[in-house]
Amino acid sequence: MGKRVGMEVSIAAAEAVALIDVDVVAAYPITPQTHIVEHLSELVANGHLDAEFVPVESEHSAMSVCVGAAAAGARTFTSTSSQGYALMVEICYIASSMRLPIVMAVVNRALSAPISIWNDHSDMMLARDTGWIQTVAENGQEVVDLLIHAYRVAEDHRVLLPVMVNLDGFIVSHVIEPIELPSKEEVQKYLPPYKPLLKLDPKSPVTMGPVGVPEIYTEVKKAQDEAIKNSKKVILEAWEEFAKHFGRVYKPVETYRCEDAEIVILLMGSIAETAMRAIDTMRERGKRVGLARLRLFRPFPVEELVSVLKPVKAVAVIDRALGFNGYTGPLCAEVKTVLFNHALTPYVWNYIAGLGGRDVTVENFVEMVEMLEERAARKEPMGYEIINVRE
Amino acid sequence: MGVASEALKNFKGFTTKNIPTIEPLSPGHRACQGCVEILALRLALKAIGTNVIVASATGCMEIVTSPYPQTAWRVPWIHVAFENAAAVISGVEAGYKAMARKGKIDLQEKIVFLGYGGDGGTADIGLQALSGALERGHDFVYICLDNEAYMNTGIQRSSATPYGAMTTTSPPGKKSIGQSTWKKNLPAIVVAHEIPYVATATPAYPLDLMNKVKKAAMVPGPAYVHILSVCPTGWRHPTNIAIEVAKMAVATNVFPLYEVIDGKWILSRKNPKPKPVKEYLKMQRRFAHLTEEEIEKIQARINAEWEALLERCGEKKEGGAEKTEVTPSE
Ligand SMILES: Cc1ncc(C[n+]2csc(CCOP(=O)(O)OP(=O)(O)O)c2C)c(N)n1
Ligand code: SF4
Ligand SMILES: [Mg+2]
Repeated sequence: MGKRVGMEVSIAAAEAVALIDVDVVAAYPITPQTHIVEHLSELVANGHLDAEFVPVESEHSAMSVCVGAAAAGARTFTSTSSQGYALMVEICYIASSMRLPIVMAVVNRALSAPISIWNDHSDMMLARDTGWIQTVAENGQEVVDLLIHAYRVAEDHRVLLPVMVNLDGFIVSHVIEPIELPSKEEVQKYLPPYKPLLKLDPKSPVTMGPVGVPEIYTEVKKAQDEAIKNSKKVILEAWEEFAKHFGRVYKPVETYRCEDAEIVILLMGSIAETAMRAIDTMRERGKRVGLARLRLFRPFPVEELVSVLKPVKAVAVIDRALGFNGYTGPLCAEVKTVLFNHALTPYVWNYIAGLGGRDVTVENFVEMVEMLEERAARKEPMGYEIINVRE
Repeated sequence: MGVASEALKNFKGFTTKNIPTIEPLSPGHRACQGCVEILALRLALKAIGTNVIVASATGCMEIVTSPYPQTAWRVPWIHVAFENAAAVISGVEAGYKAMARKGKIDLQEKIVFLGYGGDGGTADIGLQALSGALERGHDFVYICLDNEAYMNTGIQRSSATPYGAMTTTSPPGKKSIGQSTWKKNLPAIVVAHEIPYVATATPAYPLDLMNKVKKAAMVPGPAYVHILSVCPTGWRHPTNIAIEVAKMAVATNVFPLYEVIDGKWILSRKNPKPKPVKEYLKMQRRFAHLTEEEIEKIQARINAEWEALLERCGEKKEGGAEKTEVTPSE
C-alpha cells in the first residue's frame, strides 16, 4: 500500500489513469478539467504512460475518438466539463447504446449562459438520461478510487457500459489533498486487462452501429435498460473487491449520523463536507439531523435510499442544478419518485443551492433545516426554492 | 522525395486485366437503381481489399447498407453519427497504434483505416472533424462521396450543391434561381492541410478511381479522395444515364480529375476540347429551370475554375495557352 502524499486532485486523477494503463486518451481543454489532461499529456510525453494522446479539435471528436478506439478494443479515457460535455452529449448517448466501456471524468461546472467556469451540477444533470453509469466523488481520494473502480465495472462483460466519474470543479479538482496512489501492480491485480466482447477486426468482421428499424429498436433499448439495471450488482461487487484490495470501503449512498435521524439532508458531491459540519453543530443543539450523500447516481440507488429514508420525518434535497420545469429540481424529482413508489411520505423540501460557484455555507445548511422544519410544521405544500439569491 | 511519392515509387495500378473479384461491400444493399454513390464505395473497397476497417458517416450509404439484422459489409464497419466519421476512424487508428505498440495485438499486415461521408457529412457538418483528423496526421483514408446534396434526408442543399441546382431547400421560384451559391471547393480545402495525397475521381472512370483509392491507402498519413457520385434520384435524370452524366461532368470540366501528391498538382485528364457545360446541365432536371443567361454565367465560372486548375497543375504555357498533349488515360 502506498503512502498518502499531498497532491492536486487533478494530478492524482491523471496519475490514476496512468496506473490504469489506458491505451488512448482523447481530450479537449476546458476549465476546470484542464489540469487532468495537461498532466496526462505530460505523462505520455515523458513515457510514464504508453498511450496515444489524441489532441482533438473538439469534445465532440474527443468522444468520437474514444468510441472508435473502444470499438477497436482499446482502453480509453477522456475528461471534460460543462460546455464541453454539452458539445459531446450526442456521442455520449451513442457510446452507451453501443455498449462501449469508455471512462470519463467530468469536472462539474455550470452551463452557459451566462458563461461561468464555476462549479455546479448542470452538466451532470444534462448527462442523466444518457445511459452512462455515474458516480460522484466527494474528495480527491474518492476521485482516484472511483476511476479505478469505473474501469472494472465498465469492462465487465455483464455490464459493458461507459462510466462517468463526477468531481466538483475547483472545489475538488484544484485543491491539494493527501492522496494515496496504489502501485501499478496493485491496480493490475484489481483490474484485469480489457477483453472486448466484439471489436473491429478484419479477421472477424462485424457491423457496428447499424440502422435500427422499428422491429428492433425497442428490443435494443430494452437490452440497454436491463444492462444498466444489472450493472448495480457488478458495481457493488467491484466496490467489495476494492475494499479487499485497497482497504477503502465504498457504497452507493454514504450516510453520516443517520442512525436516529428525523431529518436527512440529501445531496451529491463535495458540499457534503460542509453539510457534515452543519450537522455536527445542529446535533450539539439536540437536533436529530443526518446526511445522505449519493455516490452512485446512475443507476439510481433505490434500495439504499429507501432504507435511509424510511424512518425519517423530513428530507431536505439539495440540487446543484435547475430542472426548469417550474416545480422541482432534477435530483429531488427522482428522490420523490423513489419515496412515492415505496409509499414513504416524509415531508420533502427541495433547495437549489450553489449554482455557478455560489458558496454554500454551514449557516446555509442550518437555515435550510430550520426552514424545512417550519414548513413541515405549517404543512406547507412541498416545493422548491433557490437559496442565497441576492435581492 | 515526399512521403507520398516515396510510398508510390513502385505503384502498380489496376488494369482491366487485374480488377479484383472480391466484393467487400456485397450486393443486396438497398441503394436506388442507378446509384453511383454505392458504385463509388464498391470500387473503392475492391481497390483497398479486405484488410480494412471502415467508419461511415450517417447518410445514404450508411442507411442502405446496414438495416439490422442485415448488413452489406463483409469487412469491419462502424457507424456512429453524421459529423464524426473522420474522428471515429482516427480513434480506431489511434487504438490500433497503441495496442500494437504495447504488444496487446499482433499486427502482421497493415490495416487500412477508411472513413467516408457524403458531401453534407464532409463539407458541412463534418468539416471540423475532418480538418482535425487531417491536421493530426492519422494514417487513414477519407473518401467524400459527393452527390451534391443531402440525399438521405430528401435532397436538401449542401455547400457542395452547384450553383443553380434545384433542391428541396434551394427551390427555384420567382425570387430564386435555385442554389444561389457556388460549390465549395472541398478538395482545395483539404489540400491546404498539406497532407500527402489528395485526388478527385468518379466511377465513370473506374480504373482511375480504383488506382487513386489504392494510392491513398498506400501513402502513410492522411489521404483524401473526393468522388463525384451521381444520384439519379436527387439530380432528376433517368437511372440508365448515370454514368454518362458523370462522364459529361468530366468532359465539360464541371468536375475535373486530378491528384495532388505531396503538394504537387497533377491533372489526370487534360481535356483539350471541353464540351459546353450546357450539355451537362440539360441532362438533369435539377437544372431544368435555368435560363441561357444563367447557363452562360455557370460556363464562365467553370472556365475560370479550369484555368485556375491548369495554373496549379503547371499546365499553362507562357502566354496563357494550354499545352495540347493528352494523357493516355483509360
Ligand atoms: C446531427 C445530425 N443532423 C442532421 C441529421 C440528419 N441527416 C442525416 S443524413 C443527412 C444528410 C446526408 O447528406 P450527405 O452527407 O450529403 O450524404 P448523402 O445522404 O447525400 O449520401 C442529414 C441531414 C443527423 N443524422 N444528424
Ligand atoms: S438517393 Fe441518390 S445517393 Fe442515395 S441511394 Fe438513392 S441514388 Fe444513391
Ligand atoms: Mg450528399
